[in-house]
Amino acid sequence: MKITMEHGSGGLATGQLIKEVFEDAFDNKVLSEMEDSAVVPGSSRIAVTTDSFVVTPLEYPGGDIGRLCICGTVNDLLMRGAVPKYITCGFILQEGADVDQLKRVVKSMADTAKEAGVTIVAGDTKVVEGEGGIMVNTAGVGFVAEGVDLSSSKCEQGDVVIASGTLGEHHATILSRRMEIENSIKSDNAPLVDIVSNLMNAGIEIHTMRDITRGGLATVLKELAEASEVEIDIEETSIPVDRQVKSFCGILGLDPLYMGNEGKLVCVVPANDAEKALALIKDSRYGENACIIGKVTSGTAGKLILNTKIGGHRVLDVLQGEGLPRIC
Amino acid sequence: MDIDDIKKYLKDYDGPEVALMEVCGSHTAAIARDGIKAMLSPRIKLIAGPGCPVCVTPSSYIDRLIELAETPDTWVVTFGDMIRIPGSACSLGESRSQGAKVTMVYSPADIIRLAKKHPDIMHVFAAVGFETTAPAYALLMDRLIAEDIENVRLLTALKTMPPVIDWLCANGAEIDGFIAPGHVSVITGSEVFRPLAEKYSMPFAVAGFEGEEILTAIYGLVKSIGRGEVMNYYPQVVTAEGNQAAKEKLARYFRPYDAVWRGMGAIPGSGIILKDEYAGFDAGSAGLSADNKYNSECMCGTILTGRAEPEDCPLFAGKVCTPQTPQGACMVSFEGSCYQSYITGVVR
Repeated sequence: MKITMEHGSGGLATGQLIKEVFEDAFDNKVLSEMEDSAVVPGSSRIAVTTDSFVVTPLEYPGGDIGRLCICGTVNDLLMRGAVPKYITCGFILQEGADVDQLKRVVKSMADTAKEAGVTIVAGDTKVVEGEGGIMVNTAGVGFVAEGVDLSSSKCEQGDVVIASGTLGEHHATILSRRMEIENSIKSDNAPLVDIVSNLMNAGIEIHTMRDITRGGLATVLKELAEASEVEIDIEETSIPVDRQVKSFCGILGLDPLYMGNEGKLVCVVPANDAEKALALIKDSRYGENACIIGKVTSGTAGKLILNTKIGGHRVLDVLQGEGLPRIC
Repeated sequence: MDIDDIKKYLKDYDGPEVALMEVCGSHTAAIARDGIKAMLSPRIKLIAGPGCPVCVTPSSYIDRLIELAETPDTWVVTFGDMIRIPGSACSLGESRSQGAKVTMVYSPADIIRLAKKHPDIMHVFAAVGFETTAPAYALLMDRLIAEDIENVRLLTALKTMPPVIDWLCANGAEIDGFIAPGHVSVITGSEVFRPLAEKYSMPFAVAGFEGEEILTAIYGLVKSIGRGEVMNYYPQVVTAEGNQAAKEKLARYFRPYDAVWRGMGAIPGSGIILKDEYAGFDAGSAGLSADNKYNSECMCGTILTGRAEPEDCPLFAGKVCTPQTPQGACMVSFEGSCYQSYITGVVR
């Protein structure tokens, strides 16, 4: 079955679509009340975020837009030290969208939400003209404990920078599919709940945490260097990149430092916590390839330097331009 | 000599000043990527040459693409970089925002799919490149003919390396040796540089794109200054004679042509264009010789020929020309010397 404009009418067809596609998959008490808004237990400090997901193809090795739209929002909450709790989702369906594919996407959302420990508490569907695309917006709410205050302006001289795993898989996967290049690269689409909760529960004094998404590691670290008015130096030989991703980048002239992930983070911690934090991340789900990649120095405020593998130095800036296609 | 000794030699070098040009844009990007300039003695200078295909494309080519994109039932199909290059009045991207039809692809084969999907639309492919990419356009021609596809045309700006190197040397560029382009040499073979090396008593070193391969080539050049030698430091993929099949394929569809280079003008035999029998596939590539600057202060031409550094340009120094607001092609392309100088923060 295909989506038609009737599915967006708000009438019978809309009701049937919601029942058939969303209700069973998202099955939970709050949502099944079918009220105009969800009323849920709260906390005195909450983190709120929203993100829209437009990705071609909708399904790709390692994930799909359903997993992506949960991970993206959950990870954004986690980066402020929040415990993700609630998600809302708004679907924009294009006429001609395949209902079976939509069901797969929705199931993937439900599975990922379960994995991340969040409840999908509200949703909406609209239908627009088009060529069968599916777009999703998710918003998320997380609870932030008293005293938790992570921010990009908190990197301090002497801090250590840790990356939770290899760079660029999501970006390389999407590009490969779009360019019809055969390889076995898989997206790293994942909720980083385990990594973050293990760090926080162990009492690691995290100064800053960011997920490595569009713009890549270099963009994230450059923004941290500017926000914290510090210099960050990273070592090319320590930066983890999967061999297949590396050769893919080599062929296409791409730089893994500027490629997006959807299941990796960088965190900046005091030097005396670094080894412990690294061990905790390595023991967490999706953190097995974590590495210490650099440090915060007393150099020039706002500068990001890569010490290259052959012994040179390169100043890194944020990603410039948009030569590459949108990937999430 | 092992690589550590080479690094030490290049760092400590205190002989006569040496200026080496890397002609290939991918080398410019690799040199920046690996931080190579910081590893050399101040007496060894690297100069980026005219080897980025979009950087050397004259404004009239962009203007022609815009004209085509504004023609009813015609789409311009292009690689990403071309979209932001300023023509004489605006870029393809600006024209697209006014309603012109421009589609981005990742490989020439994508255009076949588009053309079949939209049979009533004429698709004009912006076929830009050097010897490296030209064979892909020849393969595209194979498919257009074999599959009887009638709604694809090529607007070509295809250039060849040896004539522009010859032009630079003949026009007094202060260069002591060339890091010869690795990818181009895969097609042409390293021997293509022999006549130039001998004519100007200047060494050429074909290099790969890893930092240590580039350092090794620089070392080879520094040790050979004043001698007309051709060295191949990329023998895993570059042979003396090159790729015969690709060269034959090119010769089948294309003929030599006096291509126009941004800031340099027409250089005899420095490009290729579709042969007369395939002219029906050409969207008007001949005679695009006008080269008007988008911004009259832009020093693209001087920079492309190694006579000035990006920092010497008032638009660069004044931050008028940035990757967000490029005034010339060299600030658009990832391989452009101005772009690389900007992102590696030389002046900031």
